[in-house]
Amino acid sequence: MRTTTRGTRAAIAVLLALFLSLGVAACGSDDDDGTTSGNGDGGGAIVSNPDNGKVSLTIGSKNFPEQEILGEIYAQALEAAGYKVKTDLNLGSETVALQTLKAGQISGYPEYASTALTSFFGVEPEEVPAGAQPAYEKAKAEFEKEELTAFPPTPFASANAVGTLKKTADELGLKTISDLEGQSEDLTLYGSPECRQRIDCLAGLEKYYGLKFKSFNPVDIGLRYTVLEKGQADLSILFTTDPQLAAEKDKFVILEDDKEVFPAGNVIFVTSPEVVKKAGPDYEKTIVEVQEGLTLEVMQELDARVELEKQTPKVAAAAYLKSAGYVK
Amino acid sequence: MTGALAHPVQASIEGAFEFIFTPQTSNVTGGKTVGGINQVIELAANQIELTILALALSLLVALPLGLYLGHRGTGELVATAVGNVGRAIPELALIAFMAALIGVGVLNLTIALAVLGIPPILANTFVGIHQVDRGTVDAARGMGMTGFEVLRKVEIPLAIPTLFAGIRGAAIAIVATATIAPIAGVLTLGDFIINRNVYGDDGVLAGAILVALLALVLEFSLAGLQRLLTARGLKLSTA
Repeated sequence: MRTTTRGTRAAIAVLLALFLSLGVAACGSDDDDGTTSGNGDGGGAIVSNPDNGKVSLTIGSKNFPEQEILGEIYAQALEAAGYKVKTDLNLGSETVALQTLKAGQISGYPEYASTALTSFFGVEPEEVPAGAQPAYEKAKAEFEKEELTAFPPTPFASANAVGTLKKTADELGLKTISDLEGQSEDLTLYGSPECRQRIDCLAGLEKYYGLKFKSFNPVDIGLRYTVLEKGQADLSILFTTDPQLAAEKDKFVILEDDKEVFPAGNVIFVTSPEVVKKAGPDYEKTIVEVQEGLTLEVMQELDARVELEKQTPKVAAAAYLKSAGYVK
Repeated sequence: MTGALAHPVQASIEGAFEFIFTPQTSNVTGGKTVGGINQVIELAANQIELTILALALSLLVALPLGLYLGHRGTGELVATAVGNVGRAIPELALIAFMAALIGVGVLNLTIALAVLGIPPILANTFVGIHQVDRGTVDAARGMGMTGFEVLRKVEIPLAIPTLFAGIRGAAIAIVATATIAPIAGVLTLGDFIINRNVYGDDGVLAGAILVALLALVLEFSLAGLQRLLTARGLKLSTA
């Protein structure tokens, strides 16, 4: 009987923990909206054009916080410009997003130029142009072959990065990824399941740096800091836009990618020429205007609101649009 | 569909079977091939191992408890309550919750999957033993059998079909859910399904086919085991 009571109690404890975490998540979204440090002179407020009311748009995004925030920003800005806007912000991987776009189920979605080049168009990571503009132009040209198009890039760029605890980096004298040479055999690396075989992730570290790790352990993207904090992972694949890197500088560091295996990607909005034609000039204008305030710091802060403070992407996006002066 | 995309945008059964047997090129691996029979065997072996571990843990917890409660005829509330609470726990949330407690890896997943396996085994064992005809049990007692002998020689043999229905349900739930193990440190066939970017649509379909196949194989093996364990007299009556 004792086992049963204990089992029931444990089960109740688990359930309680789940309910509590849900409660906390719900409370988080009540935070005040006045702290985003967007720049106020990003082209001024978006003007609603009554002509746009006839046009319905569906904005998509992949299914992780940064993408959802971007999707919300574009969707809310286009709504402010007078369009009828729906969102579909849970499209899984880039392959799914691209298929959905090609099938006409979404009007467009934000994509990292580097991801588009390596994942869709077979460009080797070392051939991805380093600058935001050349990378955008190359991606746009490739998209046009697919009868799609893309709008100019955001100011911020995001890339994979090898991260570790500052303590570990100090102990082992790690500053760059090359410093791992001769030490990586004793270190465990954690990353998303797909990292294992991606050339802009583990496969690239093995190929270009010649590194072998003690083990590679696949984990959900959401656990990338947990495994470091729990001491399970010596190294973990992080993203340069991660809010934790800004908020906890004394705790986490990323190693410099001295051989440029992880191409940095600025975000470009991918859409189709038919939608551009149907939606008129305000479509591109609104999207390009509204992303002008998205510097690395602003994006990190927006990610922090969603990932650390548990606001919804919708609330975080609205706060950005308001504080940057795009909407009143 | 123009030619620049290396992955076909729609999966096909032929493509999926090709993926299972022959390594394929991938867009994102920088030239290394993915899939093929060797990787399939490796991932399937991981999934089977994880399933066996989790099923063993479920049996270890639920079987003695279910037998005891069923034999005593008490604790129906406990057996069904644990069963229902267990079913209500979302598996993904549980894996994430346990990742924070004990980290990711085989241990985390074994426990999380056992939570899925315990309820059906417990409920069915309890019901199976409890529903054995009281007259039969009384007759066994009248012949001078001890409580343990009644359980072993009368109640368990008669409860085998119900008991096994629980075990089979648990096994299927565990093997199917072990598909999401790659998010917590163990590479199972779900790797093909989760990582569409790496394996392409054919890989995703191949993963789904393989998981279904694995579930069927497991189901048939357990059905065979059940036949072996069913008393001869009972087999005749159901044949």
